[in-house]
Amino acid sequence: MNIVVLVKQVPDTATERTLSPADNTLDRASSDGVINELDEYAIEEALQLKEKHGGEVTVLSVGPDQASESIRKALSMGPDKAIHLNDAALHGSDALQTAYALAQVLRTIEFDLVVLGSESTDARTGVVGAALAEYLELPQLTLASKVDVDGSDITIQRATDYGYDVVAAQLPAIVSVVEKINDPRYPSFKLIMAAKKKPVEKLDLAAAGIEADRVGLANATTETVDFAAAPPRAAGTIVKDEGDGGQKLAAFLAEKKFI
Amino acid sequence: MAEVLVLVDHVDGEVKKVTAELLTAARRIGEPAAVWVGDGSDGAKASLAEYGAEKVYTAPAELNDYVVAPKAELLAKLVEQTSAAAVLVSATTEGKEVAGRTAVKLGSGVLTDVVDVTAELVAEHSIFGGATITHSKVRTGTPVIAVRPNAIPAEPAEGAAAIEEVSVEMSDAAKSAKVVERVQQEQSDRPELTEAAIVVSGGRGVGSDDFSVVESLADSLGAAVGASRAAVDSGWYPNQFQVGQTGKTVSPNLYIALGISGAIQHRAGMQTSKNIVAVNKDPEAPLLEISDFAVIGDLHKVTPQLTEEIEKRK
Ligand SMILES: Cc1cc2nc3c(=O)[nH]c(=O)nc-3n(C[C@H](O)[C@H](O)[C@H](O)COP(=O)(O)OP(=O)(O)OC[C@H]3O[C@@H](n4cnc5c(N)ncnc54)[C@H](O)[C@@H]3O)c2cc1C
Ligand SMILES: Nc1ncnc2c1ncn2[C@@H]1O[C@H](COP(=O)(O)O)[C@@H](O)[C@H]1O
Repeated sequence: MNIVVLVKQVPDTATERTLSPADNTLDRASSDGVINELDEYAIEEALQLKEKHGGEVTVLSVGPDQASESIRKALSMGPDKAIHLNDAALHGSDALQTAYALAQVLRTIEFDLVVLGSESTDARTGVVGAALAEYLELPQLTLASKVDVDGSDITIQRATDYGYDVVAAQLPAIVSVVEKINDPRYPSFKLIMAAKKKPVEKLDLAAAGIEADRVGLANATTETVDFAAAPPRAAGTIVKDEGDGGQKLAAFLAEKKFI
Repeated sequence: MAEVLVLVDHVDGEVKKVTAELLTAARRIGEPAAVWVGDGSDGAKASLAEYGAEKVYTAPAELNDYVVAPKAELLAKLVEQTSAAAVLVSATTEGKEVAGRTAVKLGSGVLTDVVDVTAELVAEHSIFGGATITHSKVRTGTPVIAVRPNAIPAEPAEGAAAIEEVSVEMSDAAKSAKVVERVQQEQSDRPELTEAAIVVSGGRGVGSDDFSVVESLADSLGAAVGASRAAVDSGWYPNQFQVGQTGKTVSPNLYIALGISGAIQHRAGMQTSKNIVAVNKDPEAPLLEISDFAVIGDLHKVTPQLTEEIEKRK
């Protein structure tokens, strides 16, 4: 079974994140890049499926030069190879344009399954999995907390507010994962060394068959018109509990008409 | 005036609060038309009319037998038929997916997790854990916008809510992921986390899988219960109640955090709450910086006293 796992580099949520005033896009230079956390769960799931069913795991990432670091890190968890779509014309692409670019690359390779995270920590759009299924006309098996493959049948548990839905489809399919699905492994020293030699294929727009007018800031389907720091919240009241903390809190809630 | 399509969220015919919020937002833009999938639209007519829905397009329940795609086909078809000015859906995990697929079908832009939207379709986002506010617009096609529940206050207005049945031919591609079973877990009588007016959350400070101190306070306030990731990862509370960056985003009138430090990833899911209250034994906990009221103390002492006081005042 050949699996492609989608990995996005995002700014570390532990550092200060900003937009760049020049074009209102994410300022990637100002914070460290890390693998989007849910993508580690996607990689883990792909590796577990490979361990059960054989085949190959390929990492696919769309991003600038910097993203190579995250691709190496992803490879050090165990995937076999990677594809890096990198082109200056992609700068400022919105979620749907990115999904389109990913879809175009996926059209050039043979796969049984695409595994991705259900949401990225920077964009938080949560649309890429659904949009890919739409572009590629493949089954949308998103928000998976469990995946089972049996021959060409695939079944997932799709997380819902009330529990989960069991969803069935035929491969090839698009699976996005939620963090409940597994515990991502830590790369071993041996794997980290091995990752350095794993092939990373570099693609630009032309090589991937992507029309330049379908991606990038100038053609984006959405536009950020302005941004500003959120107004600071007015300093609140802080009281130390001296045996009456609960009562003081009740008084505050009463004043605010919650009780 | 152009129609604005609002995809209704309902559980077995009972309309969720977010739909009233979306109808309110839709009225700023044009004439709200609710889009109902499944049975029960007759019974819900009054509650949709109450928030200004002029029309209710209803589609058969079988659309729910497949993941997301049939709803996107329905919305795209309605946009084409009605030349709608915009499509509004709720920014739940599924709502965002419906928005994404609909936008791809229409060749439009999509904005998700929006906290406000103007008559001119300028959408506001709260990003980076609430630290930054952005304004965005869709540049291409009919805007598809997913609005965060509890972000826009619902205001009633009279509407006709004329029901119009829509026939739908689902494509084969839309039927490729079939829902074969729905499994209900951990049903409680508490309000749903993203819809609740009040949320009481517990973190590592709760100290064990005995969450009763959190639940009792929640029940005294008619609130939903949430949890930090530390509490969820420790196995103290089920995953679907996690608040934060990789959990639910909530925006209640009142958020009470018990034994939660306020890491940026937690704040990402609750920072737009109107009032924030914290109980924490550490005066340096970052959550205190954004709290309207905080008690420095042991939550196991403060919380039961608070719950008792609330019960007394009832
Ligand atoms: C990519 C990523 C995504 C993440 N997503 C999320 C997310 O969605 N949601 C989330 O919550 N976290 C998330 N986290 C984790 C986050 O960084 C924190 O680790 C987590 O929020 C901490 O939970 P906590 O506040 O309960 O625990 P802690 O940080 O350990 O804080 C416990 C607090 O309880 C207080 N306390 C202890 N005992 C008592 C007592 N008896 N009485 C009163 N106070 C007491 C302590 O003073 C402390 O402030 C994410 C992390 C990463 C890296
Ligand atoms: N630039 C990208 N390169 C590779 N994968 C991506 C990219 N952007 C998004 N993804 C994938 O899509 C998932 C959801 O992202 P999003 O919809 O942007 O929140 C992520 O967890 C990734 O797996």
